[in-house]
Amino acid sequence: MNQGPPTTPPATSLRRLRETIVRAAANAREGHIASAFSILDILWVLYDRVLRFNPADPRSEERDRFVLSKGHASLALYAVLADKGFFPPETLLGFGGVDSPLGGHPDCRKVPGVEASTGSLGHGLPMAVGIALALRLKRSDRRVFALVGDGECNEGAIWEAALLASHHRLANLTCIVDYNHSTDRALLLGDVAAKFAAFGWSAEKINGHDHAEIERALTRPAGGLPAVVVAETIKGFGCKPMEGDPSWHHRAPTPAELPGILAELR
Amino acid sequence: MRKQFVQTTEALLAADSRVVLLLGDIGVYAFRKAFAAHPERVFNLGICEQAMTSVAAGLAREGFLPIIHSIAPFVVERCFEQLKVDLCYQQLGVRIVSVGASYDYAALGCTHHCPGDVSLLRSLPGMRIVTPGTPAEFDRLLRAVYADPLPAYIRLSERSNPAAHEVHFGRATVLRTGRAATVLAVGPVLGGVLEAAQGLDVTVLYYTTLAPFDGATLREHCASRRLLVVEPFYTGTLAADVANACGSLPMQVRWVGVPREFRTGYGKPAEHDAACGLTAPQIRASLEEFLHAAA
Repeated sequence: MNQGPPTTPPATSLRRLRETIVRAAANAREGHIASAFSILDILWVLYDRVLRFNPADPRSEERDRFVLSKGHASLALYAVLADKGFFPPETLLGFGGVDSPLGGHPDCRKVPGVEASTGSLGHGLPMAVGIALALRLKRSDRRVFALVGDGECNEGAIWEAALLASHHRLANLTCIVDYNHSTDRALLLGDVAAKFAAFGWSAEKINGHDHAEIERALTRPAGGLPAVVVAETIKGFGCKPMEGDPSWHHRAPTPAELPGILAELR
Repeated sequence: MRKQFVQTTEALLAADSRVVLLLGDIGVYAFRKAFAAHPERVFNLGICEQAMTSVAAGLAREGFLPIIHSIAPFVVERCFEQLKVDLCYQQLGVRIVSVGASYDYAALGCTHHCPGDVSLLRSLPGMRIVTPGTPAEFDRLLRAVYADPLPAYIRLSERSNPAAHEVHFGRATVLRTGRAATVLAVGPVLGGVLEAAQGLDVTVLYYTTLAPFDGATLREHCASRRLLVVEPFYTGTLAADVANACGSLPMQVRWVGVPREFRTGYGKPAEHDAACGLTAPQIRASLEEFLHAAA
């Protein structure tokens, strides 16, 4: 299993990953860059410091499972998986191409390290409940993580899954909510942590861009209940012109915009 | 057939530790022995068919063989996108066993009718569809598909044909051959079709697997170029499959089945059969009229 101290200083590494994401999207003229940036810190900490995995054996029984329920943020997952050796980083350059394994939403039958094909919202968390139940049946001590968006929490299936996970006391399951408030304009979710707590989960709120907080929240002992980590995030984080600008939800920079966007990356 | 579902599933649970049963709060009492015998692998997940389908996908992804069960409209129409994405797109072997075919629950009204299930599921690439006509056929077909790597829909009907036949997954059964016409009978309508065909010089093909569709058997047993399709669900559900099988042949095709409309009356299933032209004498009349018109 791949675990050890991080080899690259986070700040440098993350700027490089953001550049990879922007270039992939710019090549394809496709992609949800701002959504990817919203979760990049979380994914980086998860894969660098929390999950147990072996990129040479991506389906190993000994791995922890991660399900990206908000599949439209696939670029962040691809960038991190490539960085961790699941496939060559150059693969990102073909993102969105007709023959590329990497599409706008991840396909578990094409991409090593992707646990579930997601895209339509509200499917990944209940699938993660099934995986957590399966690991319990196998008497495995591996953990299951699912990352959902706040918009995704509009879907009823998320709350069906929330009920099931607490009823079956799936302490091996952690749900991370990427709370970037992108759907406040449509449907106010309010205190998401309190809602999950009311559904019987152990809930905690963190700053989703603070690596120490993310690591602590994702490694704390489970305590017999499924855990939710509500991460306050900024959509487009790490690129000032994108932060809080909804027009970047599903837009790739034009060739003319690209140098300006790259120059803004932190 | 429901009793057989319980018996076959109990046997599979005992024989194969990968089998997991998920109930949508339906059939819970009937499965009480299974709950007692295998508490770790039998779950009543409650009334949440969407999550139940995704949970089954997660279990299948980890190597288990889930069987999910509820009433047809809830386990097909309610969670159709989960069937599409989580099971078919991901190619995960989950078995969906429904109860309440078409208007089996006639008196419960249109919310509980489901004559559109096969038509919908036929649109999902990779979904196997099985429509047994007797308990023995159900047993044989569930055992044939329970460990298949692709998802399968098994449609339980409240009504069974008077006699079971030798059926094989993926293949139609040729029950009799004749020269005047061919009748294609799906699952539980076979009893009526055989009664209707008595004394007539017709071929009867019995279909208990609808996907993949055995087009070869149809093509090879339709020399009369006259085909009557008798379906227990929306009329024309199998139209594309029949056309694919016979499209290059000049062919007269007639259909008997459930009209595409809400059947807002209540009553008994037999009364709806009569309204749809699905009783044995009505099928006989359709067949005779077809043969007369062709002569």
